[in-house]
Amino acid sequence: MLRASLREVSAALKEGRVTPTELCQKCLSLIKSTKFLNAYITVAEETALKQAEESEKRYGRGQPLGVLDGIPVAVKDNFNAAGIETTCASKMLKGYISPYNATVVQKLLDQGAVLLGKTNLDEFAMGSGSTDGIFGPVRNPWSYSRQYKEKSVPKSHSQEDEESNWVITGGSSGGSAAAVSSFTCFAALGSDTGGSTRNPAAHCGVVGLKPTYGLISRHGLIPLVNSMDVPGILTRCVDDAAVVLGTLAGHDPKDSTTIQDNFKPFDLPNLTDVSKLSIGIPKEYHAPGLSSEILSLWSKAADLFKNAGAKVIEVSLPHTRYSIVCYHVLCTAEVASNMARFDGLEYGHRSDMNKSTESMYAATRREGFNDVVRGRILSGNYFLLKQNYENYFIKAQKVRRLIANDFVKVFGSGVDILLTPTTLSDAVPYMEFIKEDNRTRSAQDDILTQAANMAGLPAINVPTGLSERGLPVGLQFIGQSFQEKQLLTVAKWFEKQVKFPMIQLEVKRHDHGAFQHQKSASFS
Amino acid sequence: MAAAARGYSGVWRRAWQRAVACNARGGAVLAGKSGLAPWVPVVGLEIHAQISSNSKLFSGSQVQFAAPPNSLVSFFDASLPGTLPSHQNGSSAVVQKLLTGVLNRRCVEAAVMTGLALNCSINKKSLFDRKHYFYADLPAGYQITQQRVPIAVNGSLSYSLCIDNKMSQMVTKTVRIKQIQLEQDSGKSLHDDTRSQTLVDLNRAGVGLMEVVMEPDMCCGEEAAAAVRELQLILQTLGSSQAVMAEGQLRVDANVSVHHPGEHYGVRTEVKNINSIRFLAKAVDYEIERQIEELENGGTILNETRAFDSKLGCTVPMRDKEGKQDYRFMPEPNLPPLILYDAKSLPANMNHQQVVNIDWIHERLPDLPSVKRAKLVEQYGILPEHSFTLLNEDGLTEFFENVVKQTQMKPKKVIGWILNDLLSYLKQHSLTVEESPVSSVLLADLLNLLEKKEISSTAAKQVLAELWKGEGKTPLEIVKEKKLELIQDQKELEQICQAVIDGQENEVMAIKAGNRKVLNKLIGLVQRETQGRSNPVLVKQLLEKKLSE
Repeated sequence: MLRASLREVSAALKEGRVTPTELCQKCLSLIKSTKFLNAYITVAEETALKQAEESEKRYGRGQPLGVLDGIPVAVKDNFNAAGIETTCASKMLKGYISPYNATVVQKLLDQGAVLLGKTNLDEFAMGSGSTDGIFGPVRNPWSYSRQYKEKSVPKSHSQEDEESNWVITGGSSGGSAAAVSSFTCFAALGSDTGGSTRNPAAHCGVVGLKPTYGLISRHGLIPLVNSMDVPGILTRCVDDAAVVLGTLAGHDPKDSTTIQDNFKPFDLPNLTDVSKLSIGIPKEYHAPGLSSEILSLWSKAADLFKNAGAKVIEVSLPHTRYSIVCYHVLCTAEVASNMARFDGLEYGHRSDMNKSTESMYAATRREGFNDVVRGRILSGNYFLLKQNYENYFIKAQKVRRLIANDFVKVFGSGVDILLTPTTLSDAVPYMEFIKEDNRTRSAQDDILTQAANMAGLPAINVPTGLSERGLPVGLQFIGQSFQEKQLLTVAKWFEKQVKFPMIQLEVKRHDHGAFQHQKSASFS
Repeated sequence: MAAAARGYSGVWRRAWQRAVACNARGGAVLAGKSGLAPWVPVVGLEIHAQISSNSKLFSGSQVQFAAPPNSLVSFFDASLPGTLPSHQNGSSAVVQKLLTGVLNRRCVEAAVMTGLALNCSINKKSLFDRKHYFYADLPAGYQITQQRVPIAVNGSLSYSLCIDNKMSQMVTKTVRIKQIQLEQDSGKSLHDDTRSQTLVDLNRAGVGLMEVVMEPDMCCGEEAAAAVRELQLILQTLGSSQAVMAEGQLRVDANVSVHHPGEHYGVRTEVKNINSIRFLAKAVDYEIERQIEELENGGTILNETRAFDSKLGCTVPMRDKEGKQDYRFMPEPNLPPLILYDAKSLPANMNHQQVVNIDWIHERLPDLPSVKRAKLVEQYGILPEHSFTLLNEDGLTEFFENVVKQTQMKPKKVIGWILNDLLSYLKQHSLTVEESPVSSVLLADLLNLLEKKEISSTAAKQVLAELWKGEGKTPLEIVKEKKLELIQDQKELEQICQAVIDGQENEVMAIKAGNRKVLNKLIGLVQRETQGRSNPVLVKQLLEKKLSE
């Protein structure tokens, strides 16, 4: 049951084949047995069971709130959820209990969803590995899949091999991606500022949707870059992403940057004819470092569309190559500003230093933030200095406009959707990943996802196939502003064609230290 | 309000003496002690006026003076992680939508009104910025303000000040208004020195402010004081701010520098902590003199922030404002531009309730103080300087007009009673017009008795003295009780006059010899005899008649 899609399990709940409480308990127990993945920071067992109980009553009365009623979900730990710790994986907010729900959390709860807990991330979502939080790195569930083991460590199942071979989830929403991928929840929220939802979705073999900027409220999302942050949706399939999007999207008076119009939830049609579609292949996404297997997967995908009758054309987004350096300036500047509130006075960590207010601030921020966060604050403040503002911030804003205009031009030329890789390669082992610093990694890993954030466009990772090492590889579709329906419809068609294999997870039982083979009966 | 106004009058007068020195040299040139090169002081002002509104600028929290600490604080006001600016309460969804959904409409209207009253051009599109600095009462670590494109720019303010002691010569000056920006107020820090603690009250955090930036067009304390007083009156007339300095609704920072004529402006200091208009004049004048002295002694002026110490009457460097501040301004990413409309740009399907329409506000601006003064002068024939005094005291104009309505006495005469008697009494007793024990009705009754010649003016003053006691008696009752009516019986008066003449042989001789002045002494004696109950005009006639017999 846990491997079902959200829509399938919703139907099962409705038909009484499973109760919300049973479902919740199963998820909680799987969370426990997959604890080593480190996907969750907080498991809200008690409140989740209570919510499941409430849901059960509603089903009993025949009055479920909606399609999400009784569905266990998880939320990245940079969204506020009342009464539960909201840590951002930072010492700065460890133990911080928010008094309010983020709008997206509230909307999930209003739909009857069961909130299992808060998922792991890079500290304040700054990273691309989910390796840089105070609660430790998230392990990619595919590290423990039969597919990976057979290809990468075929002869040995020893502890040491596993320890050295486990791969990262990507980030920064790695906890959410791992949670969905390991079947501990049916949908999870991530956030996406430069690729933080799509990147781990690609590495974990799940669907990761970054909606158009302004379609979903950011109220309650602890910001990284206000002008680029979007709540992201991680699910097992495209249809599920559409369902979750339908419950979250729309105007929020608490976020003035949300669209004014009401959003009409939609069901995705089954596309049969793609001949009217025009798919753009941006040549700049053939980036240095792109692995040959992804490149070939990408061109296969293009052929798939071509063979089905779609128009596939090469397009150019000439300014995309500046997006990483431009992002570096804009991101760090906003980070410097957004992080200013963490001073130890109103909430969060406060240093014992009490010589003066200033020394307390300094010590609090030094102790509370990791090097990555402090580094970004430092460079951001540098870019905002009076003497640097014109040369860096203003220039970066102009470049951002150019990057966004590239997309406008391409879409204006008749292209419906862009098809690109999501990542340069499949997930790398943790030991490999940490050889480079966070900044280098982020710069590399965001390269294919980041421009969509600059332009505010919707984009989705669709799991496409497995690499030679048996790890997931995804491709990205980038759509036009607020054209989520078109984007998801195409993504759904593609998903159907590629038949991404289901993870065959071999979950370690902690008490026995042995392996339990789980059946990989797949739903179809 | 009253406290500030009262406090002000004192300086008003004292300051004029200095103004003479200032203006007599044809502007703002002060001779240094050395007597060699003259100095030109330059004064600019940054004024923060708290917008009179029930709720905060970007949140629905209430605004209230002296509420229990931290009782009016939303999650946004406390800068909890993940909160965004959003003013939700009160206005309908439609209004919010058109007004960008986040701003307190009232605050926007107040700023537009103020901008129009100060002859500014109103920007139909203005932007918000973040200004960063760490301070205990600034929970976000930045203030949302309008640095790049403020809501109003390029205005002017005319103000008048007297250049002598007698208030008989007024000059009108103009200061340019650089801009008016909407911004958030900070919270308040309360320092407990004994326990070396700082307590923070966030009730004020996020309250809407208008920062009015005045160009350095002033040259001395009293000019600054007069400009601020005029601004204060305008804000109060508009209702855009209560502008009570004592309650922190109007905060004035003065930028002061001095230089020699023909040279570049000198290094300026910023003087903060000025709690009243009286202190503003003092602080500015102190700072000008300090800088001149410093420079003449071969010293230099540091570009620093100084606080005015009202007890010592001097400015001192502020320690926590040391070092160069770089506010690292950045566009506020969570707020769309603030869009205003005028009659031309207003979309056809919208009305003034859905958007902020500049023209609609313009048409409804109340009479500004300058217009009110001109009207008072024209309507009542009073002197211009009287109109200033009337407007300077909260409620005094209304009091005056009520008295005028209820008496036959000419306004020109009424104003004397209002300014010389009523006002000086109130001043002596530190009372506001509203607190006056003598109402306009009572004063009018009294002036009517005088006007109908039922009592003399001497008696009227006595009655007024009784009325101050506030015992609830009417002027007529007091007149009766104290027997203050004029002696209407001509024969009785004639007898008294005769008795005075009979007892003053020498004086009578002198008068008859042509020294008419002595007649006044006789009149005075009659007045004394009658205890002020005689009409001096009549007495004079009677005496003259008798002396010529």
